Amino acid sequence: MNDTFLLCLAMLAGGLITFATRALFLMSGERFRPGPRFRALLAYVPASVLAALIAPEVFIQQGRLAPLLENPRFWAGFLAALVAYFTRSVLATIAIGLLALWLFQALLS
Amino acid sequence: MSDWSHLESAGRKAEWWAGAKAEAPLLLGVIPFGLVFGVLGLQAGLPAWAVVAMSSVVFGGSSQVVFAQLWGAAVPVPVIVGTVGVVNLRHALYSASIAHLLGGLGLRWKLLLAYLLTDEAYMAAVGRLSAGPQTPHRHWFLFGTGFTLWACWQLATLGGVLVGAVIPAGWSLDFSIALTFIALLVPGLRRRSELFAAAVAATVALAAQGVPYKLWIVLAALAGMAAGMAARRFDRRAQDE
Repeated sequence: MNDTFLLCLAMLAGGLITFATRALFLMSGERFRPGPRFRALLAYVPASVLAALIAPEVFIQQGRLAPLLENPRFWAGFLAALVAYFTRSVLATIAIGLLALWLFQALLS
Repeated sequence: MSDWSHLESAGRKAEWWAGAKAEAPLLLGVIPFGLVFGVLGLQAGLPAWAVVAMSSVVFGGSSQVVFAQLWGAAVPVPVIVGTVGVVNLRHALYSASIAHLLGGLGLRWKLLLAYLLTDEAYMAAVGRLSAGPQTPHRHWFLFGTGFTLWACWQLATLGGVLVGAVIPAGWSLDFSIALTFIALLVPGLRRRSELFAAAVAATVALAAQGVPYKLWIVLAALAGMAAGMAARRFDRRAQDE
């Protein structure tokens, strides 16, 4: 098999499996009726998934936990969290977070 | 932000535009991440057409980065596909949490919305879908967030392939997606149990980094959800749902 064919196959399979994760419950529609307890559990999906995705980006560098005080991503993330808390503005959080990362990278390197 | 009363009598167009508007600020984080993926894909040895095509075929930012890295490391295809599946498994949680709010839609709508159900489209729409007025056109809001994100993701990937090589690595644009998630997470933490769920999920995500096939994402999400449930009794009653 040549590489191009294999690559197309891998992308198609990756796309199908990704679509399946998104479609699974949506397609089942009315048959999937979560009870109140299960719905309460699902209400924790946004907070749990977001925190899980954020933590390694902020605390891990080169595959290991970075020393907190010397880690520019920790300081930038911390500042961004404060901005998000007080302004509730997505734009301000991302913009100030990136600027802060550049600043702390310059300061801590 | 959580007042959706203006959509009380909104039609299709108004819902779509409200969704697109809700998505717009997130693009400041998504577009740099798309650029970064374009660059990473080329660096991993993928041809330019594949990098661009992957953004619509797979259409999941972090899983595309993982795909490119594994392909570059000559990992066998079944392992690549399996890992992409595990990285994206969290979308099943999104799907489950809004399925009952989108019941009654036709097959074509469900296929379309399932395809568009990314992190950012879901996070920008879940508040309106669950707490907003349950009008007949509410799914157009999710269509608006999803389509806006999709279009920008395609353009950003293309931009990364075309001009990404001139972006200095020192700009750390990959961090923009973490900042986007911070912007979504922090204002959403209204109950103590949600704060606890987030803390547990973050801790497990760090502790389980060594688990193979990127399973830490799902493990951390499930642990956070269980922790949130367990901590529910500590919520003040006014905040509880």
